[in-house]
Amino acid sequence: MAKRIDVSGLTAYYGTHKAIDDISMTIEPRSVTAFIGPSGCGKSTFLRTLNRMHEVTPGGRVEGKVLLDDEDLYGPGVDPVSVRREVGMVFQRPNPFPTMSIFDNVAAGLRLNGMRRKSELDDIVEKSLRGANLWNEVKDRLNRPGSGLSGGQQQRLCIARAIAVEPDVLLMDEPCSALDPISTLAVEDLIGELKERFTIVIVTHNMQQAARVSDRTAFFNLAAVGQPGRLVEIDDTERIFSNPSVQATEDYISGRFG
Amino acid sequence: MDTDTSTQTDDNAAPPPPPQPQPQPSTTTPKRLARGATRPGDRIFLALTRGSGILLLLVMAAIALFLSYRASLAISDDHGNFLTTFEWDTRGTEPRFGIAVLAVGTVVSAVIAMALAVPVAVAIALFLTHYAPRRLRGPIAYVIDLLAAVPSIVYGLWGALILVPHMNGLFGWLDDYLGWTGIFSWDEGAPRAMLTVGILLAIMILPIITNVSREVFRQVPRMHEEAALALGATRWEVVRLAVLPFGRSGVISASMLGLGRALGETMAVATVLSPDFDLHASLLDPGGGTFAQNIAAKFSEADVFGRDALIASGLVLFVITLLVNGAARLIIARRKEYSGAAA
Repeated sequence: MAKRIDVSGLTAYYGTHKAIDDISMTIEPRSVTAFIGPSGCGKSTFLRTLNRMHEVTPGGRVEGKVLLDDEDLYGPGVDPVSVRREVGMVFQRPNPFPTMSIFDNVAAGLRLNGMRRKSELDDIVEKSLRGANLWNEVKDRLNRPGSGLSGGQQQRLCIARAIAVEPDVLLMDEPCSALDPISTLAVEDLIGELKERFTIVIVTHNMQQAARVSDRTAFFNLAAVGQPGRLVEIDDTERIFSNPSVQATEDYISGRFG
Repeated sequence: MDTDTSTQTDDNAAPPPPPQPQPQPSTTTPKRLARGATRPGDRIFLALTRGSGILLLLVMAAIALFLSYRASLAISDDHGNFLTTFEWDTRGTEPRFGIAVLAVGTVVSAVIAMALAVPVAVAIALFLTHYAPRRLRGPIAYVIDLLAAVPSIVYGLWGALILVPHMNGLFGWLDDYLGWTGIFSWDEGAPRAMLTVGILLAIMILPIITNVSREVFRQVPRMHEEAALALGATRWEVVRLAVLPFGRSGVISASMLGLGRALGETMAVATVLSPDFDLHASLLDPGGGTFAQNIAAKFSEADVFGRDALIASGLVLFVITLLVNGAARLIIARRKEYSGAAA
């Protein structure tokens, strides 16, 4: 299931503004890759190009290649909708569908894929909720609205919803920045378990978090405000946090700027 | 604050009890929490708002009392049954009048209008918020606003002069294919019937439902739509998963606004319908009437008793409107838990 992502020469625009410039990197399957960098460096934009969510923003436009194993996500005739069914996403603020029950939230993606059989749905919803470490907390109230859960539970519900469709890749855009430390810990533990099955990419502002959860870390930076963001380096997390090869990375990690 | 100083001097007079509660500023009295309505601005504003509120209630009560009183005069002298008589004769020595035809006509015309207008209005609103190219959204919304600004008598004239003569085709078609239901049978009379009224009312209430729905759809949080998109939803699926559920209560409210207008519409109905006091099974039969239309048609030539009778019918319209609104609130309240207001 988990697939390798191969990005080459990727540039993204908002209208005429170039948000990220010429980014190339390889993201290994069954690993966690963290994107760090100062605000505005384009790490979230880059993340959103990996499931073609960037282009839903008015004026959003992308040049370059993103290979998922051997398939170019931006190839001619590729339907962005089918891309997003292969590349799941979890957002900064938990966003369960407020009008749906917990069960229906998890089943939403499955139903989009045409799954109707109740027994099948039941199985996968339970498996996904277990996979998101949420099953024991919600199994008695699957018919209650998802918006009644705590923030941390809602975020795990969103993760369950994303993994229910068995994507190849799971993108997480600052998934813990709206959560308290205990919920953050729960989500971080979960990320550790999920990487056995998925390719995970996580954007985070929290460098300790990057150090805790990721195998590889990419550092993004921008020359000045208004300039496009660039990839400074990507390397094993251990090396990035102990002995990075670029001075700017070390400055950022040691808190000298950003 | 004057009363406060006395207690304070007492405190000071008591010769230094060692632990002074608070270090006191030398010149001023100790600060107390300000109490409401001590500042003149607050007092005046409070009086104004409270006064307006009370005035509104008084006016409402006065109107209700006056109407009920006049209505009761008429109803107590009604020699027919006020609820079931198919007649409106208030002139004779034994007046007979009843609201059955008016109630049915009002409800039927409003239901037709809603059935036609709500789906179209919701579709327009969705088109404007989620499908139309950005450049077209402003102009289209502007045209719809213009529709809302047309006076109802103009709609009535347009309905009588243009819509009615063009209804024959539709009526014939409905009679051919759906005539067997009875509801759509047509005996080739002038199409000044409930269906025509309903269509005209639908056009009239379209703008308000569209505008309110558009506002609601515009407020769907971006993150709900992105949640659907990220799951691989198509544009229609985004609408179905995120937009419509979020907008449901808003669309109901919008429809109620439209329904209110349809129930109370007077001139447009009066110019299009050729009224009588019979119940017609077919929506294509000319005849029937609505509360507002009946009042407009009869008020100017009615004597005092006749006016009281019309007032009584107006009260019934008022009650119907109240019931409909109550029902809508109930629907909205029942869905509140899922409304997304909490998210």
